[in-house]
Amino acid sequence: MVDKISPSIEAALADVRDGSTVLVGGFGGSGVPEELIDALIAQGAKDLTVVNNNAGNGEVGIAALFKAGRIRKLICSYPRQVDSHHFQEAYRSGKVELELVPQGTLSERMRAAGAGIGAFYTPTGYGTDLAKGRETRVIDGKGQVLEYPLHGDVALVKAERGDRWGNLVYRKSARNYGPTMASAAKVTIAQVYETVELGKLDPEVIVTPGIFVTRVVKVPRKAAAYRAPAGGSVTRGISGKAAV
Amino acid sequence: MSYARLSRDQIAQRIAQDIPEGAYVNLGIGMPTLVGNHLPKDREIFLHSENGILGMGPAPAKGEEDADLINAGKEPVTLLTGGAFFHHNDSFAMMRGGHLDIAVLGAFQVSVSGDLANWHSGGDAIPAVGGAMDLAAGAKDVWVMMEHLTKEGKSKIVERCSYPLTGIGVVKRVYTDLAVIEVTSRGLAANRLVPGLAFEDLQRMTGVSLLPPGARAAA
Repeated sequence: MVDKISPSIEAALADVRDGSTVLVGGFGGSGVPEELIDALIAQGAKDLTVVNNNAGNGEVGIAALFKAGRIRKLICSYPRQVDSHHFQEAYRSGKVELELVPQGTLSERMRAAGAGIGAFYTPTGYGTDLAKGRETRVIDGKGQVLEYPLHGDVALVKAERGDRWGNLVYRKSARNYGPTMASAAKVTIAQVYETVELGKLDPEVIVTPGIFVTRVVKVPRKAAAYRAPAGGSVTRGISGKAAV
Repeated sequence: MSYARLSRDQIAQRIAQDIPEGAYVNLGIGMPTLVGNHLPKDREIFLHSENGILGMGPAPAKGEEDADLINAGKEPVTLLTGGAFFHHNDSFAMMRGGHLDIAVLGAFQVSVSGDLANWHSGGDAIPAVGGAMDLAAGAKDVWVMMEHLTKEGKSKIVERCSYPLTGIGVVKRVYTDLAVIEVTSRGLAANRLVPGLAFEDLQRMTGVSLLPPGARAAA
């Protein structure tokens, strides 16, 4: 019997090695696999290259990973947020390398990795500082930049629900990078709030099919707190059942 | 003759009035977000958010915020009836693939040829680009919303951008607190000057030469 559901979060992360490239889902605070990141800090892997849209917010998630000094390099699109101070300190003191990538290119590079594409041309960034030193070509009259796949050793993603085959569904805009990252890493670990019996997820609406998922870990649901990006002036617990 | 600059909300109102029914629109973070507050109630307009939302609605009531439902600026939003969620690659396919009709973006500078500089103020600021370059490269029409002058009184419409570029020749139209500037093959055409502002005065404040109102129709 195939059972991808891990007995514990520690077991799920046991084989993450120093120097790994870790794809971490999330956009701002939504879709960030905070429990997996906490467990990664406890696990102790260091010299990590982390791929995420942002650079951590406040004291939790990737910010905590920066604070613990485990990140050597960050590949991201938008590290300039008021509450990304742990990244900013590490960056200003030269402890962390930053590779800045336009957001769509970041996502597409991981898609290419997961899809077995060798490289691709994109118009995004053509003629800008972010395309300096890249191969370029004019295709259909449009300047394009050659970009290469971005593979992960490990992907940590947050989904809402999963089953023992690793099928996943997400919740609202917390989906963001999850499905793409799941496809782009050698080992994909998904944290979910609910595990369900096979067949309970409607096959028509499964977002990430289990082939892209190595392990599923159930974590307790927290009261989803919306944390305002601008220094946390608005922090309220809210109902997880808010009408869409 | 005296004139009054438009407030940010008034610029947003102008832009909102120019968005047709059925348009798929991305509003950039910062000032362009205001446009969402002024969309005509009698038109169906689809707002896209780069983090995987089409049919994005206004901010929720206090106490109704959902950490899993936020916009590109990481502020809580709602979903309109009929809206959809999708993952990042679908979202950027919409942006880069020419499926969005209009992107309204803020800017530090726009050049005579429609170059856009809006992602990096240079110096030792931490660089951050987000989805700006994807929108600039991929939206059918890029509209800029910005103040005409910097705080120091310098024109933000320039011959060549001195700030790092976001995209080359991508801007179609600029809405400022003084006028609407169209980027045309003949040059920049000034239209819809605020009441009381003479074209000559707008020209004096602008860093590059402008075509007077009506020139666009003749183009």
